[in-house]
Amino acid sequence: MSASTSNRTPGDRRVIQIGPFHPLLEEPVGFELTVEGEKVVHVDACMEYIHKGIERLAQERTYDMVPILLEKICGICSVTHSVCFCNAAEDLLQVEIPPRASYIRTIIGELERLHSHLLWVGLAGHFIGYNTVFMWAWKYREPVCDVFEMLTGHRQNSSLPIVGGVRRDIPESYFPEARRAMDRLDEQVEMLTAAVLDDPVLAARLKGIGVLTPQEVVDWGVVGPTARASGVDTDVRRDEPYAAYEELDWKVITTENGDVFDKAVVRLLEIRESISIIRQCLEKIPGGELNLGQQHIPRGEGIGRYEAPRGEDIHYLRSNGTNMPERLKVRAPSFTNVASFEVSCIGESIADVTITLAACDPCYSCTERTAVVRGVDGRPTHTFQDLVRLSQDKTRALAREMGREPGLNLL
Amino acid sequence: MGEITTWVFFFLIFPGMLFAVFVGLAMSWVDRKVTALVQWRKGPPVTQPLWDVLKLLGKEVIVPAQAWAGGFLAFPFVAFSAVAVAGTFVWMAATGFGPPPMGDLIVVLYLLTVPTLAVILGGAASGNPLGAVGASRDMKLLLAYELPFVIALLVAVFQERVVDGETIRAGTLSLSGLVEFQDLAGSILLRPSGFLAFLVALFCAHAKLGFVPFDLAEAECEIGEGALLEYSGAALALFKLTQAVLLATMPVLLVTVFWGGMDPGVGGVLAFVGKIVLILVLFVLIKNTNPRVRIDQAMRFFWGPVTIVALLALLLAQLGL
Repeated sequence: MSASTSNRTPGDRRVIQIGPFHPLLEEPVGFELTVEGEKVVHVDACMEYIHKGIERLAQERTYDMVPILLEKICGICSVTHSVCFCNAAEDLLQVEIPPRASYIRTIIGELERLHSHLLWVGLAGHFIGYNTVFMWAWKYREPVCDVFEMLTGHRQNSSLPIVGGVRRDIPESYFPEARRAMDRLDEQVEMLTAAVLDDPVLAARLKGIGVLTPQEVVDWGVVGPTARASGVDTDVRRDEPYAAYEELDWKVITTENGDVFDKAVVRLLEIRESISIIRQCLEKIPGGELNLGQQHIPRGEGIGRYEAPRGEDIHYLRSNGTNMPERLKVRAPSFTNVASFEVSCIGESIADVTITLAACDPCYSCTERTAVVRGVDGRPTHTFQDLVRLSQDKTRALAREMGREPGLNLL
Repeated sequence: MGEITTWVFFFLIFPGMLFAVFVGLAMSWVDRKVTALVQWRKGPPVTQPLWDVLKLLGKEVIVPAQAWAGGFLAFPFVAFSAVAVAGTFVWMAATGFGPPPMGDLIVVLYLLTVPTLAVILGGAASGNPLGAVGASRDMKLLLAYELPFVIALLVAVFQERVVDGETIRAGTLSLSGLVEFQDLAGSILLRPSGFLAFLVALFCAHAKLGFVPFDLAEAECEIGEGALLEYSGAALALFKLTQAVLLATMPVLLVTVFWGGMDPGVGGVLAFVGKIVLILVLFVLIKNTNPRVRIDQAMRFFWGPVTIVALLALLLAQLGL
C-alpha cells in the first residue's frame, strides 16, 4: 500500500488509497481519494478484484439451476437476484405465478431486506466508530437469519425461487415463532431508531454530509433507499408490483434532506415496514399450488425488475428455446449508486467521505462485470473498442445461429 | 549510590515502568471487558492484553522503504520512556510511596505531551500519507485539549479553603503538595469550581487517551490507525504499552489532583482503587455511547464550551468557591 499511496500530485495534493483491503470495506474494491489537506477533491473507484464471471456461468446452467447460481451473486441479496431472474423469465413467458408462491417470495424477500438493512446499520455504526451500534444491530439481525432458516432451511440462500413459482413450501408450523420473532424485532428496532434519531452527536456527525439533491439522484440514476432519502419517491415494489406487494398495506418511506443521516433514517423506517409486510403475509398467505411446473422456456426475451434492499435490480434474459439462457445480464443497484460518489463525495473531508462511501450500502461483488487484465507492459490487454468489436462479432455469430438477419433488433 | 539505586527501582520497577505496564494492561482489560458487556459480548480473559503485547513483541519489525528508519524506530522508545517517567511521578505522589517525588505538575504535563508528539513524529517519519493525515489530526487535537487541560489543573492550584478559621491555599504545583492540601481541606472535586475543573480534565484526559469520540487520529475505518499504520512488531508493541501506561496514569492523575490521592491503610487503598476504576468505567461508557467526531468538531468542542467551563471554574476558584 505504502508505495502507491505516496504519489504526490501537483498543488500539494495527495492520493489516499482506500482499499482494495481496508477496514471500511467488506469486499475488495479500490478507492483513490485525491485530497488537499483533509478535503477530498476527486474520487476514483477501481472495481476489478472479485469478478466471478457469473453471467457466463448462467449461460451454462439449465433454467432450474440458474436461480440457485444467481443466489451466489451477492452475499446478502440472494433472494433478490434469484427472484429478479424469475421475474425476467416470467415476463418472457407472460405468466402469473400461483398466489401462495408470490406470498412466499414476498416473505423471504422482506426477511432479506430486514437482515440487509440491519447489517448496514451495524456497519455504518462501525465506520463512524460507534461499535456499540454495530454489535447491537448485528445481535438483532441474528433472529432474522434464524427465522429465514426455520422457514427455508438456510440462513441466506433459500434456493426457493424457480421460474413459475417456488421450489418448496414453507412450513406453517413455524409461523407462530416467526411472528414472535417479528414482535421482538419490532420493539428492538423501535428502540434503536429512537436512539439514532435523538442522538445529538450522531446528528452533528451525519447531518448535511454526502448530500444528493433530487436532481442529482435523477441525473445519476440513483436507486433505492439512497434515492428515497433525497425525497425521490421510487420503489419497484409499488411502481411495478411483483410477488404479493399489491395486496398488502405498506408505504414507501421517503425523507427530504438526502444526507447520510436521512439514508440511515430511511433504512431504519423501512425495517419497520418490512416487519409489517411479513406479519401481513404470515396472516394472509393462501393455500394452493407452489409453482406452474414450467418445463420449457420458449425463444424470446424478458426483463425482470426487483426492489433489492439497495435499490432497483434489473435482469435481462434472452432465451433461444434451449434449456439454458442465451444471455443473462444483471444490473445490480450498486452499479448506479456507486457512480453517484462523483457528486456526493467531492468537497467533503476524509472523515465524511468514508461514511458517504458506505451510505449507499454498496455491494461490489454484485456490480463487478469486468476484470481488467494487464499485460507485462502494464497496459490492459483489451481496450474498450476491442471489447465492443468482440461483442458485435459475437452478436452476429449468434444471429447467424438463430437464423436471423443481424439487423434491427440485434445490432 | 544508594539513592541512585532507589530511584532506578522507582523508575523501572515500582511504581514506574514494570508496575505501570501491568496496571495499564489490567486496566485495558477492564476497558475491553466493560466494552464487551455494553455490547453484549463475553469479552477477553484477564491475561489477553498481556498476550497481545507479548505476541507483538515477537513479530518482525518492518521499516517502510520510504521511512526515516532512525526516527521511525526511536520515537516509540521516546514515547514509552516519557510516559513511564510521568507515571512514576504521578503514582508516587498519589500513593505517598518513597521520598517526595521530584516532578511537579508542569513536568508531568510536559511528559504527558511527549507520547503524542512521538506518535506525530513517528507517523511523519513513516512516510505514509495516511500517517501524515493521522499526525496532523493528532497535532490539532493536542492543541485543542491542552489549553483547557492546563486551565483545569490550575483550578486545583488556586484553591483556597477556610479550615478552623484559618485560610489555607493549595498554591503549589507539586502533586504531593496538592494531596496534602486535600488531606487538610477535603477533596477539590467536592467544590463547585473543583467539580467543573474535574469534568473538563476528564474530557481532556479522554482525548489524550485517544478514546472514541476523540479517536480520530487513529480512526481505523477512515485512515487505518493513522500514524501507527506502518508500525509493526516490537515498535508497535511499545506504542501499545505507551497507551497502556497512559491509561494507568491519567485516572490516577485526576484522582491525585482532584480527589485526594490515596489514604493510608487497607481501606484507603481500596477506596483509591475504587476511584480509579470508577473514572475508568466512566471513560469506557463515554467511549461506547458516542460515534467518532470530526477533527473540526473536536476542536470547536475543546476551544468552545470546554475552555469556557474551565475559565468559569478558574473564576469560581478565585472567588473561593
